[in-house]
Amino acid sequence: MNIGKIKRDFPIFQKKINGKSLVYLDSAATSQKPKKVLDLVDDYYDQYNANVHRGIHTLSVEATEAYEAARARVAKFVGVSDPVEIIFTRNATEAINLVAYAWGRVNISSGDEIVTTIMEHHSNFVPWQQLALENGAVLKVVPIDENGELDIVAFEKALGPKTKLVTFTHVSNVLGTINDVKQLSKLVNLKSPKARIMIDGAMPPFLFGGEMISKVTLEKTTWNELPWKFEAGTPNVGGAIGLAAACDYLDELGMENVRKHDVELAQYAIGKLSKIPGVVIFGPKDATKRGGVVSFNVGPVHAHDVASILDSAGIAVRSGNHCAEPLVDFLGVSSLARASFYIYNDKTDIDIFVEGIRNVKEVFKI
Amino acid sequence: MDLYREHILEHWQNPQNFREMKKADLVVDQVNPLCGDEVTFYFKFEKGKIKDVSFVGDGCAISVASASILSEFIKGKKVAVVGKMTGEDVFEILGGPVAPARLKCAFLPLEAIRKLRV
Repeated sequence: MNIGKIKRDFPIFQKKINGKSLVYLDSAATSQKPKKVLDLVDDYYDQYNANVHRGIHTLSVEATEAYEAARARVAKFVGVSDPVEIIFTRNATEAINLVAYAWGRVNISSGDEIVTTIMEHHSNFVPWQQLALENGAVLKVVPIDENGELDIVAFEKALGPKTKLVTFTHVSNVLGTINDVKQLSKLVNLKSPKARIMIDGAMPPFLFGGEMISKVTLEKTTWNELPWKFEAGTPNVGGAIGLAAACDYLDELGMENVRKHDVELAQYAIGKLSKIPGVVIFGPKDATKRGGVVSFNVGPVHAHDVASILDSAGIAVRSGNHCAEPLVDFLGVSSLARASFYIYNDKTDIDIFVEGIRNVKEVFKI
Repeated sequence: MDLYREHILEHWQNPQNFREMKKADLVVDQVNPLCGDEVTFYFKFEKGKIKDVSFVGDGCAISVASASILSEFIKGKKVAVVGKMTGEDVFEILGGPVAPARLKCAFLPLEAIRKLRV
């Protein structure tokens, strides 16, 4: 991949932040959008903006066609054979709540068990915690090991005949840990064959913050009129069109290349950061076991202060508890800073970032 | 960088009145829901004045420094006056304004102190 060329595809990198070139290391929260995607979204609003379905007039027909074509495009991208299995929601949080309300409240009752993990985002934790509190179901939370990976033995132990739902994130938004979906699903099918599995797929690089979809496999016979049944009201047509365009953009790059680039940058960043005294890195040291996410702390300095000082140099990182308080508590810290990488980042970005970390230490005299 | 001026860093390194207080007249817990930072203020009153104040908490340099500086400032002052303090007052004591993204951090202790308003 030619990163210089990719970077030029993204208009936001023309912007100066505090007088400096933007080093964007917060793609795990939301990724930047290339001009091709932005143009197609603009084109929708300029040329055929209308509400979808039910409309007879030309614009509505055009919008409906584009919306449904986007659904088919996304289905192909994520490897789903039937586009009706793709339900567009505002974001992964809404998607999970939709499952908790529409499916959970009907199918999970007192004494049933829900299995999840301690590395979940609040979005995939609170809905199940609340459901369990409401109807007396039991929520089992699987811990992680000292390397920041899921404790497989504990996971297997948590599964049983009463398990109705097993839900876990594909990639931890804090640790970067990639969960082996195939292996875990096999265990579920073996030990709790009747349980449903739900994957929170907000983090892998093929889904986009702000325009996320969630692939949720539901029994087709249970739900008629998929997918529209769950898309009540005026949908985000422009968002769907943008998402489909993003699928084109990524397929052109090749997802194996995107993944390879992620691993390379994470490896490089971990190597550089671990050489700075006082910097603590969280999650698997082996970059092949994580997404393009590296969470860290700089000595006793609070993550917000790290983020503020980096921002003054044009470097955008995330800081705080990352909506994953149970995990952050488990790690024994109050906050973490997080750098995440994507297709437009290169090693120079990481060098600037590492220089920024040294500056943090200078400011705080540590 | 101006946000991390000497004054603020000194208080971060060596926060004043940073301790729990036994037999406090009032204990106020304040949480910043955005980041989870929290501060607990302890007050002891006498004749309408703040006789003693202390705090504990877990937060960034800005919120810790703000709490430390504020605690020094309000000690001995009238409760009625302190309860009416504003963000502008905090800027003045901190020695200047704070970047918009960090206002919540700077004002977390103020939110706690505002509970003194009856």
